[in-house]
Amino acid sequence: MEYGLKALGREKFWLWILLAPTLIGLLFGTAGSLLATSTLSLFKWDLIGAPAWNGIQNYIDAFTKPEFLLALKNTLVFSALYVPGTVVASLLAALLLNRKIRGVGIFRTLFFLPSITSAVAVSLIFSWLYAKDNGLLNTIITQFGGQAVNWLGTKNVMMSVVIANVWGAVGEGMVIFLAGLQAVPREYYEAATVDGGSGWARFWHITLPMISPSIFFQTLLATINAFQAFEYIYMLTRQGNGNSSVPVVVFSIYRNGWRFFSMGLASAQAMILAAFIVVLMLIYFQLEKRWVVYE
Amino acid sequence: MKTRKILGDILTYILVLVGIILFTGPFIWMVSTSFKLPADQYTHNLIPNPASVVNYVTLFQKLPEFPRQIFNSFEIAFLTTLGQLLTCAMAAFVFAVVKFRGRSFLFTLLLITWIVPFQVTLIPNFIIFSKLGFVGSQVPLWLPAFWGGAFGTFLIRQYFLTIPRELAEAARMDGASLFQIFWNIYLPNARPALTALGLFTFLGSWNDLLHPLIYLPTNQELTTIPIGLAMFQTQYGGRWTILMAGTLISVLPIIVLFFFAQKQFIEGIALSGVKR
Repeated sequence: MEYGLKALGREKFWLWILLAPTLIGLLFGTAGSLLATSTLSLFKWDLIGAPAWNGIQNYIDAFTKPEFLLALKNTLVFSALYVPGTVVASLLAALLLNRKIRGVGIFRTLFFLPSITSAVAVSLIFSWLYAKDNGLLNTIITQFGGQAVNWLGTKNVMMSVVIANVWGAVGEGMVIFLAGLQAVPREYYEAATVDGGSGWARFWHITLPMISPSIFFQTLLATINAFQAFEYIYMLTRQGNGNSSVPVVVFSIYRNGWRFFSMGLASAQAMILAAFIVVLMLIYFQLEKRWVVYE
Repeated sequence: MKTRKILGDILTYILVLVGIILFTGPFIWMVSTSFKLPADQYTHNLIPNPASVVNYVTLFQKLPEFPRQIFNSFEIAFLTTLGQLLTCAMAAFVFAVVKFRGRSFLFTLLLITWIVPFQVTLIPNFIIFSKLGFVGSQVPLWLPAFWGGAFGTFLIRQYFLTIPRELAEAARMDGASLFQIFWNIYLPNARPALTALGLFTFLGSWNDLLHPLIYLPTNQELTTIPIGLAMFQTQYGGRWTILMAGTLISVLPIIVLFFFAQKQFIEGIALSGVKR
């Protein structure tokens, strides 16, 4: 039998009071929203008039008109760059700051600073670094005889957004990896040293398997974040006409819903996004069973 | 062997130095730019010469709503944090300590909702809040925080489970009610988890762009600091000294908070990452 104290007499009432907010959230917040969004996705509605039945036309539109396909493609490309970028950079930072060196606490704090800074602030700082004329990056490049780069121009904008976003995310990933690294028992390394294993072999055969749960968790988190990317896109790629030079799915939902008031189309796009995320998570959990080592 | 270790240490310090330049350089450049005269914005010296606070003065003259926006962000983040801490801890206590029928079913259901992305809730919430006449006010930004949530409830429940059961059982023997056990034993003993959740929630709300964008249209007095900055970016495009002054002011409160609660921040992330 599961552990637990029993509610006595009038306490039964209190039990449900304590649970009430969560139940309301479950019912209205999540279940209700899913139901409402999926229903709305079958209608055409501008928020003001009466909703008109539209069948699966919104989904057909989403997958046949270039606008959403582009957003989907951009989201996938963004994720393919952002996820490995964040995971690898965070892991490298953690490995570096897991060494026993003087001042390591201060270094960790400094590496972590971008993580607490808002995407809006990071974007503003980076748009200044990226500025075509006299931005810091181009100044450094031209100083060394290179060609100035149009960082936020069509060709490079995706990479530049990913770089700013990874920069803002490394600190948090690093902390998760540090916790994982510190949980590896010392004896494992000592045994390996006695056996004469090289540093690389130790990393490959001990560290990596031992921190595989952290790698899994961090990859999952980064993927979810990547599919929901919005802030950096909004701040760094907005154009005069309100569109983005690299629109992603959430940007498209925002624009259709709150700029064009096509609530049905926006709902269909939100459902497609949710489906993508759920399927990805299921795949990840399958992979977890195969690859992740739990003690 | 010894020389190898020294070489390794030197290499480590070099790499750490590179990291520090990468992660703090952009901040330093922001500070430096914000103290330059507008006419000097394209000079490349790190120490402004002459240094001046003129950008900050201009900022507060041209945008008198700026302090108001900081206050709005604080207000919303505070209420959001309060709502999450209270309602998540309440549910977490029930799931961790109280035995009742349907407990594991409800808890599983809650965990499943964790994978539903919040974008799905955006449109229905907006419709409900607009029917209730709350669009344009701050209510939609903090009220949903009072509905609990999978992440926060799970985080706190995991921590509650580490508190020895004997404490609750002994209190029960002495005739304490469930509510007293929650309030007097579980809440005070879960401070690390509560602090962690509080910091995440506060930060998430403070930095949020999408929700204020949807709910708080262009009214400077009502809006939050990220929106203020985004509008500011459009308005003052290319005027980097003023833009950097505004950015600096917007990150300052969080950096101050971070230096006071640094340990909790880092332990909190580790806590949420390892225990999941």
